[in-house]
Amino acid sequence: MATTADDFAPGAGAHAGHGGDHDHDHADHKPGFFARWFMSTNHKDIGSLYLMFAIVAGIIGGAISGIMRVELAEPGIQYLQWWAQFMGGANDINTALHMWNVFITAHGLIMVFFMVMPAMIGGFGNWFVPLMIGAPDMAFPRMNNVSFWLTVAGFFSLLFSLFVPGGSGPGAGVGWTVYAPLSTTGSPGPAVDFAIFSLHLAGAGSILGATNFITTIFNMRAPGMTLHKMPLFVWSVLVTAFLLLLALPVLAAAITMLLTDRNFGTTFFDPAGGGDPVLYQHLFWFFGHPEVYIMILPGFGMISQIVATFSRKPVFGYLGMAYAMVAIGVVGFIVWAHHMYTVGLDVNTKMYFTAATMVIAVPTGVKIFSWIATMWGGSLEFKSPMVWSLGFIFLFTVGGVTGVVLANGGIDDNLHDTYYVVAHFHYVLSMGAVFSMFAGFYYWFPKMSGRMHSELLSHIHFWTFFVGVNVIFFPQHFLGMQGMPRRYPDYAEAYTFWHEISTYGYYIMAGSMIFFFVNIAYALLAGKKAEGNPWGEGATTLEWTLPSPPPYHQFETLPVIEDHHDYHDHRPATA
Amino acid sequence: MAGNVNHDYHILEPDIWPLVGSISALSFTSGMVLNFYPDLFGSTGSIVMYLGLAGLIATFFMWFKNIVVEAERGDHTPVVQLHMRYGMILFIASEVMFFVGWFWSFFDFALFPTALEYDPSADTTTSLFGEEGSIAQFIPANMEVLDPFSLPLLNTLILLCSGTTVTWAHHALIHGDREGLKQGLWATVALGILFSFIQAYEYSVAPFGFGGNTYSSAFYMATGFHGFHVLIGTIFLAVCLFRAYKGHFTPRQHFGFEAAAWYWHFVDVVWLFLFIVVYIWGGWGAEYH
Repeated sequence: MATTADDFAPGAGAHAGHGGDHDHDHADHKPGFFARWFMSTNHKDIGSLYLMFAIVAGIIGGAISGIMRVELAEPGIQYLQWWAQFMGGANDINTALHMWNVFITAHGLIMVFFMVMPAMIGGFGNWFVPLMIGAPDMAFPRMNNVSFWLTVAGFFSLLFSLFVPGGSGPGAGVGWTVYAPLSTTGSPGPAVDFAIFSLHLAGAGSILGATNFITTIFNMRAPGMTLHKMPLFVWSVLVTAFLLLLALPVLAAAITMLLTDRNFGTTFFDPAGGGDPVLYQHLFWFFGHPEVYIMILPGFGMISQIVATFSRKPVFGYLGMAYAMVAIGVVGFIVWAHHMYTVGLDVNTKMYFTAATMVIAVPTGVKIFSWIATMWGGSLEFKSPMVWSLGFIFLFTVGGVTGVVLANGGIDDNLHDTYYVVAHFHYVLSMGAVFSMFAGFYYWFPKMSGRMHSELLSHIHFWTFFVGVNVIFFPQHFLGMQGMPRRYPDYAEAYTFWHEISTYGYYIMAGSMIFFFVNIAYALLAGKKAEGNPWGEGATTLEWTLPSPPPYHQFETLPVIEDHHDYHDHRPATA
Repeated sequence: MAGNVNHDYHILEPDIWPLVGSISALSFTSGMVLNFYPDLFGSTGSIVMYLGLAGLIATFFMWFKNIVVEAERGDHTPVVQLHMRYGMILFIASEVMFFVGWFWSFFDFALFPTALEYDPSADTTTSLFGEEGSIAQFIPANMEVLDPFSLPLLNTLILLCSGTTVTWAHHALIHGDREGLKQGLWATVALGILFSFIQAYEYSVAPFGFGGNTYSSAFYMATGFHGFHVLIGTIFLAVCLFRAYKGHFTPRQHFGFEAAAWYWHFVDVVWLFLFIVVYIWGGWGAEYH
């Protein structure tokens, strides 16, 4: 284990000079391959598993979006019939159209539950929450592992669904929202049941993970690290964990109702027995809206760390930043029906949800302006994490502004279920959440792997990706305003131009990912060894006090945080 | 612990049960799906499902056994015990939100009813929506509901009583009275089992079948999930009783017992809401069976 002079590491220091033949409690003794990766109780290994899983799921989910973009490049049905046969379905138009529904469903579910959430919370959260609060591991290391494997189990259940009948063909074609009655009477066959259980399994894993994070953050902070000294990434994971804990069980109830409606004769969503499909939408979005904040809040946290690091300044308005996330989390629970403006809500309800939704723009604005104020007068360094963060701030703001447009119940009557909505949520997710994940990845990759990635490749990756996703999604605003509905595989010829442009954007984006993978391969094979703190004096959180990669068990002597009356400097008091 | 660890946290060895448990969970849910479609999959579903269930039971058993062994070994320092308190409170909070979902649907149907007609002899429900003279009402026409002040009231008293017996056991434990601990737990477990039997009996004589209309759907799913939680809570308390005979728990350290008691009180509170909302308010004005 390499340590350098400026890498003060309490954990490393404590056992320096010990031989490697110590028993299992020795800080750097790793279990054998199977025990290490399949039976892990180590937050860093589980974090790595989550990240690898998210990358695999992201490749699959991204490939599916490629299938869709290629299909949409021109009007008419091009390839869907081929896919229907490839997946074992019949060679007719209904099966082909069903495949489209299967693709949008799989893309949505994979990206939300098996890419963004595992990467942000499972991956970065697991790796860096304990490191940043000065803890040796998570509070419940075994439960941490079951959270991961339940996520994998959920992914398998979703994959199973692709190969069994789901109505007009194989697979669950119900959208990521699984709306009834399409998901009940509209989709006979086991595919939708497999998809529902996929959400049950992944949801159970996430609930357990949420309890783990909350307990860890409340109970394992190093001496002196009060809540108001906690790095903002930890704050973001704390708020996210509460959203998961309180929102997911409602989804579990809702999709259990789907199951019993499908298989046991209940009529929760069946009007013939007094049921109400709109009830499903209420229950789903009571979960679904917090869910979209679950996908972005950890990104907010990462951007705060990165912007402060590369501005060499403490983040502007630390407390405001922390409580803005709390406010977003709280208000996020009472805006859900803005996803349902066109189901026939009465006008007063729409007015309430319009107003409540707009309120969220306030704490979000606090965050955007504070990031900018953090950079103001700072000594800026445009390393790879920083350029991705700047991309995030710009593009997330675009998505936020279209969000304010859509928040208006009256305007949404026109834009609901059009490509404008698709453009909006891809700006906040494929550009917001994904840019923050790449920023976090480049920020922490040297810490996790001990190797430096190539700045050049990272910058090429950034610029090509930036161009690619904007070419994909910016024209979709135009399509939406012209009336192109979402979730359709075919369209009138008038929409051809922007659809074609959008598909070119996909090619640019997909090509851009080559730079990402080459960069990882380069770094792991030939990358320069990373120092404990490769980012300089702006990087002040505790993970940078450890060597890269950190010892297998860090902080065997807990670091003590001095009271600087400084909200940003989390370095240990002793050196 | 080795000499170089200077903190009180619990660093665990690698463990196979999370993986086994997850594979079992997948097998259980997948087997259930296969079971839904015997035409497609024959009897494979049952095998897959019961294998998964067995794996899940083994996982729960081994997992909690390991926790108990670690507790008895002294791995649960005060800070680790605090972890468990947090964990249990948060778990119960998530359970509360699960029941929010069921109550939500119940209130939706009760407050915004449609017109339905029930045929008790055939256990079928017909929608009268749009028909002249039809009245929107939560309980379908011709359907009788359970009298809340009969067996449900008895069950309410049983659960409230079990809440006091578990507190009796707790106080006995704190004051070092092992006999009182066992007696209190025996009483609580017995009351829990009694509740489940009465609930099962009531389901068997209920004047309406499962599903077919919103009242029946919401009634059975909400009270059914509560019943399932009673079962889990009873098993949890029975494990505590078993551990009491094994000499586990000290007056100062007995979080396993406390967690079971918390869980039991949570189940109790859910029942009170069910009793008031579902049985009394939900059936208000309908014919009692």
